[in-house]
Amino acid sequence: MQNDELLKTCLLAGRIMIEGGSEMYRVDDTMRRIAQNGGAKNALVFTTPTGLFIGLEETPMVKLNPVDRRSIDMEKVAQVNQLSREFATQAITLSGLHRALQRLDQHTPFFPFWLQVIAAAVCSTTLMVVFAQTYDWVDMPLAAVVGALGYAVYGKLSSLTRVRFISELIGAFVVGFSAWSGIRLGLGQNLDNVIIGAVMPLVPGVAITNSIRDMLAGHLLSGIARGMEALLSAAAIGVGIAVIFRFF
Amino acid sequence: MPYGIQLLIQISFSYLSTVAFAIIINVPRKALNLAGWAGAIGWLVYWVLLYDLDVGRMLANLLGAFAIGLCGMIFSRLKKMPVIIFNIPGLVPLVPGATAYQAVRALVLGQVTEASRLTVRVAMVAGAIAVGFMLAQLLAEQTYRRA
Repeated sequence: MQNDELLKTCLLAGRIMIEGGSEMYRVDDTMRRIAQNGGAKNALVFTTPTGLFIGLEETPMVKLNPVDRRSIDMEKVAQVNQLSREFATQAITLSGLHRALQRLDQHTPFFPFWLQVIAAAVCSTTLMVVFAQTYDWVDMPLAAVVGALGYAVYGKLSSLTRVRFISELIGAFVVGFSAWSGIRLGLGQNLDNVIIGAVMPLVPGVAITNSIRDMLAGHLLSGIARGMEALLSAAAIGVGIAVIFRFF
Repeated sequence: MPYGIQLLIQISFSYLSTVAFAIIINVPRKALNLAGWAGAIGWLVYWVLLYDLDVGRMLANLLGAFAIGLCGMIFSRLKKMPVIIFNIPGLVPLVPGATAYQAVRALVLGQVTEASRLTVRVAMVAGAIAVGFMLAQLLAEQTYRRA
């Protein structure tokens, strides 16, 4: 019975970390640590981005947990890490850890949506200058507005549909269309710069790099799965933008 | 434009963009400032190496990522938080997102040669960044084992 709850807690911790976009070796490590600190000395852990397995070496017991959603949410990774540390120093009990993880799973603290949209605006406009290397001051306001608009549409759609590629496609289309209309109205000059800045809150650059890191660290399955996901996102965004170049 | 002002713009803009991206991916509040510095330092290393010393894109990316990796290690020890909280937002100015977008755009517009050239560049830059991180991790592991 004790082992049953222990394994359940390990799986929950692992699932939350993958949903938060943690590296695979950290997921492995945290699950194994929780198992060891809970008294199961030789736990076997097998992790992939779409499902987790954990078993105990001497018993026939193996548990699995599928992972349906994957995003990037650093708060989750930080909190699980913190809880695992507290469990290691015996500041909280196993059932306390389990309850805390369940609470975290259901109510992750988030920045308010308007703050995220403002952040997307700042991110778009500053990254445009950083990337373009031309000190393109004229286009900064347009890039900020377009970036905020694209991110707001993406964020709203993400809560409506479970298929991430659709919200990315439409978000990117909104970026392309509003950038094109802005240039047409004379609010900016360089369409390419505005779009490159404004899609940055959406593009999976970090996911591409992470997948290569996973592969170099020996997590081949996870690297390929995450790389594929990043590739599909990039394709969805590229298509959403390309519609603009094709038809206008 | 004088070099000092350019430097100031590069530092402040990369800091701002990193903090803004950190808010988008929900980095805990008390880590935001340090994550921003990780991004600014990494971008500064890349910028100086690429545009002033002219060492080439791959080496500049590798060493930029190396700098971010080291910052991440130090900050994570300071704040007792996982390294990726500082690394992932810090990477945003370096990451080949813009190139990936240009590659897909070229592909959709039927410019296959241009698209494959850009795709190879994305893969190589991502690889260089990953290797830079690995080296930082290796260094940190060695240092802390001895200490």
